[in-house]
Amino acid sequence: MLSKEELRGVRVARHGEEVQQKLESAHVAICGLGGLGSNVAFFLTRIGVGHLHLIDFDRVDPSNLNRQQYAVRHLGMYKTQALAEQLLEIDPYIDLRCDCLKITEGNAGTLFDEETIICEAFDVPEAKAMLVNYCLEHYPEKYIVSASGMAGFGDSNSIKTQKITSHFILCGDQVSEIRENYGLMAPRVAIAAAHEANAITSIILEKPVC
Amino acid sequence: MILTINGEKCQLADGTVLTAYLEERGYRPDLIAVELNRNIVPKKLYGETVLSDGDELEVVTFMGGG
Repeated sequence: MLSKEELRGVRVARHGEEVQQKLESAHVAICGLGGLGSNVAFFLTRIGVGHLHLIDFDRVDPSNLNRQQYAVRHLGMYKTQALAEQLLEIDPYIDLRCDCLKITEGNAGTLFDEETIICEAFDVPEAKAMLVNYCLEHYPEKYIVSASGMAGFGDSNSIKTQKITSHFILCGDQVSEIRENYGLMAPRVAIAAAHEANAITSIILEKPVC
Repeated sequence: MILTINGEKCQLADGTVLTAYLEERGYRPDLIAVELNRNIVPKKLYGETVLSDGDELEVVTFMGGG
């Protein structure tokens, strides 16, 4: 079994001590654990973000397997549980908080008390808009990192990171909506997820996001 | 009056209210976030927000997928 010190050591060797300390003390909420959220969680776990709050109400379905970080063995499991299980395989020492619930304006009031960074990773556009508006209105001191426009394939370079306000970061191409025969595919969703994870990393490390 | 809307200069009638602009452009209020001069406009204030010359308006439309 890899010890906590060994795992930390290989990260410090690559990231540096100061960076690693900041990553370890960061608290990030990931709202939605689909193609965006599951990938964001993998990325942040790998670099050693210390505290992740995973939130999703759904269970793993066969339709998720084309782009989300789940396998056949996870079918039927709650995404919170299926993802937590895998993150703990990557880093057995990560601090995870899981909430199996649907985020609404009614329950969002105290949900993010521990986090300074909130990642919007939903798939339904109304839910995306609700969460971003809620956070900007009620948590002006927290950062919201969101994604919109990532369907299909190709045109990797049109997916970008934009700073809309000081605390609202938007990733995606802002045009590629899901339509018939133009659904979500793993590579392009992962590009958007990597933009979100990279923006979150920059915020944690107090560097410009773009 | 001239405003910057989503990065482009636009001419609007003096005294245009945010709701009227959003309706005219066909925006669905449940799919957007609106920032005026880099501050979020709460949805309940769309109807009483009067746009002014020189304003910077950003309307973010969320699309499905994730």
